[in-house]
Amino acid sequence: MTVESEPLLCVNELRKSFDEVEILKGISLTVEEGDLVSIIGPSGCGKSTFLRCLNFLEIPDAGRIAIAGVTIDCGTPDQPPPVDVKKRAHEMRQHVGMVFQQFNLFPHKTILENLMLAPTVLKRASHDEAEANGLRLLEKVGLADLRDRYPATLSGGQQQRAAIARALAMNPQVMLYDEPTSALDPELVDEVLQVMRDLDAEGMTQIVVTHEIRFARDASDYIVFMEGGHIVEVSDEDEIFENPKDERTRRFLRRFI
Amino acid sequence: MTRRGKTLERLVRRIAFLAVISVVSVLHAQEKVLRWAADPDSNAPFAFYGPNDKLTGFEYEIITALAREMGRTPEFVQNDWDGLIPGLGRGLYDVVICGIEITPDKAGEVLFSNPYYVTFEQFVDRRGTVPINSLAQLAGKEIGTLDQTAALAMLESTPGVVAKSYDEEVNAYNDVVNGRLYGVLLDYPIAKYYAAPNPKLQFSGPPFGQITYGIAMTKGNVELQQEINTALERLVASGELRDILSRWGLWTPVIAGALGQPEQPSVPDTEYKAFVASTAPPATLGERLLRFWSYWPLLLRAALLTLEVSILGMALAIAVGFTLAVMRVYGPWPLRWAATLFIEVVRGTPLLIQLLIIFYGLPNIGIKLSPFVAGLLGLGLNYAAYEAENYRAGLMAVPRGQMEAARALGMTHPQGLWHVVIPQSFRLVLPPVTNDFISLLKDSSLVSMVTLIDLTGAYNRIATQTFDYFGTGLLIAAIYLLIGLPFVRLARWTEERLAVDKRRPGQRPGLIKTSRPQVG
Repeated sequence: MTVESEPLLCVNELRKSFDEVEILKGISLTVEEGDLVSIIGPSGCGKSTFLRCLNFLEIPDAGRIAIAGVTIDCGTPDQPPPVDVKKRAHEMRQHVGMVFQQFNLFPHKTILENLMLAPTVLKRASHDEAEANGLRLLEKVGLADLRDRYPATLSGGQQQRAAIARALAMNPQVMLYDEPTSALDPELVDEVLQVMRDLDAEGMTQIVVTHEIRFARDASDYIVFMEGGHIVEVSDEDEIFENPKDERTRRFLRRFI
Repeated sequence: MTRRGKTLERLVRRIAFLAVISVVSVLHAQEKVLRWAADPDSNAPFAFYGPNDKLTGFEYEIITALAREMGRTPEFVQNDWDGLIPGLGRGLYDVVICGIEITPDKAGEVLFSNPYYVTFEQFVDRRGTVPINSLAQLAGKEIGTLDQTAALAMLESTPGVVAKSYDEEVNAYNDVVNGRLYGVLLDYPIAKYYAAPNPKLQFSGPPFGQITYGIAMTKGNVELQQEINTALERLVASGELRDILSRWGLWTPVIAGALGQPEQPSVPDTEYKAFVASTAPPATLGERLLRFWSYWPLLLRAALLTLEVSILGMALAIAVGFTLAVMRVYGPWPLRWAATLFIEVVRGTPLLIQLLIIFYGLPNIGIKLSPFVAGLLGLGLNYAAYEAENYRAGLMAVPRGQMEAARALGMTHPQGLWHVVIPQSFRLVLPPVTNDFISLLKDSSLVSMVTLIDLTGAYNRIATQTFDYFGTGLLIAAIYLLIGLPFVRLARWTEERLAVDKRRPGQRPGLIKTSRPQVG
């Protein structure tokens, strides 16, 4: 066992409501560096909202999030947050990469330009550095040949791989995936999952909201099962399938196995 | 003398000559000027632009001669008819000479010189109509005249006459020919120049009333009045005034009687004949085209002005419209509210009224704009409102995920807007913006209302000089069309260029039929 260290990501009592309906009812989760965590659960259980709260695309109503040494306290239901959440959120996003279900590549830019935009706009790299780094990442996800193509001319799998490379271009310490393969034709799913497996092998910390139960089972270090705005079960991948502790988990998984 | 000596002598002479010239021009610059104003559009035979686009007319000759007698340099200031007297008060010029009748009303407003011309009102109707003997016979009929004239006052004081006032005499006479009016009552010089040469019109009835033209200046400027009257007396005594009026065919028994000089003209009416010849309908198509060709410098300048005001107006519209759209979509509520108010007010009122307010209304609160700036602002701000709505639609049409992706990558909201959302909305709005430019090009014709000589202004000038409304209209319409065409082409080309993201390398525009993704 290695030396005990701070967990890379630590969430305490996270709450979020939309129009008086509470979607997240106090979520707490700890993720160690290098972990690949899958979040599964029925539609509407709050798993996507949870993920979007992690990089403040949704501002939580209450709770505390600490990622890579940046801590943002969103207060409690009774007490307003002590710091300007929106301002800190911008700082935190720089450590967090996000991949969307619909890829959201910039259609007016080539694949390489998609990778270069944020690093150059945010003055993280010169044009040449961003280009070199972008090419290296495209090589890694197997898209170096398509560097000058526009997103609309690529298959869904290629677009999602490019989107992963784009997020990596900002050197994030955590990668978040919001149903990354849900919009893909079945035969294109594996190429995206393979990229995520490769990243896991390199030690990238990844949190994936997914319906790919097989991937969750094969690739994750552990699985988080959510329902009704709560984390119902956190479990080793084999255990949750072979011996689910919670009745609700059992019911959900029965449909897949 | 040697050849070398001769060259030297020539050089010395030249230097001496240049020295004299420069002394003269310095003296000249120190000379007093006489700034005089008139509205030369459709203003023959008073002061107007002749076919060679140079100022001419009997008033032009009189004021030039007067200035010479006064030892001053004449300096012409153009102004709109309605603004001539107000311009005196603002000190834009010293005098106005523009067929202004000396009436008790006006004498209360301004100071008049002694009359330089005395004449009467002439009634004109369609050839073949029974001539009238008195204005009372016109009861129940529609009679045309010009705004702010003694003729209008006479018509309005005749019971039963329906007086219709026009901006341009040509249009009034044309309506008689077309049967829209029974007749026109106007000053004799106007009737002589605009109605007499037309075989479809006739002079009808005796001279009505008596009108005297005077030079107007600001009230209290008695010194200038004295100076002008003295110079005028000299022109009368030397016979120069009679010569001028005779050449312009305006020497009548009435003016002869008023000045106590012989009724016979002193010289032939060459200027009148030249005017009639230059405005006579051309016999052949070739002659007609040749006459239009003689207007090419005016047409070129007008076309350039139309282009200039349109392009700058569109640039202003895009800049302001874009700002308004961003304010409306992303701004805090006071900005959003202000932008919405501006857009709704501008879109809900006519462009012409906006132009008139900017040009004629703003001076009342101390904002005086040149006609060009006023026209530019009017067009630009009006179109900005429409552009704002285009851009707003464009901004809203970019999927929300684009901004989310930009923010997730660590960009701020403004950075996301600038680098991700706006470039995409630009492509979406390009087709409507191009269409807007083409309609702005056509709407720019309204700037002719603020005295700019754009293509429509040129139409007014050429049509009122040639009386060829049909031909001039076709010509000007063709020029608008020609100017607009390149922009239609340009728009298509730009659209194709901007569509590159739908295209694979090596693919040419126009070959894309579907956007089916390649399976990879």
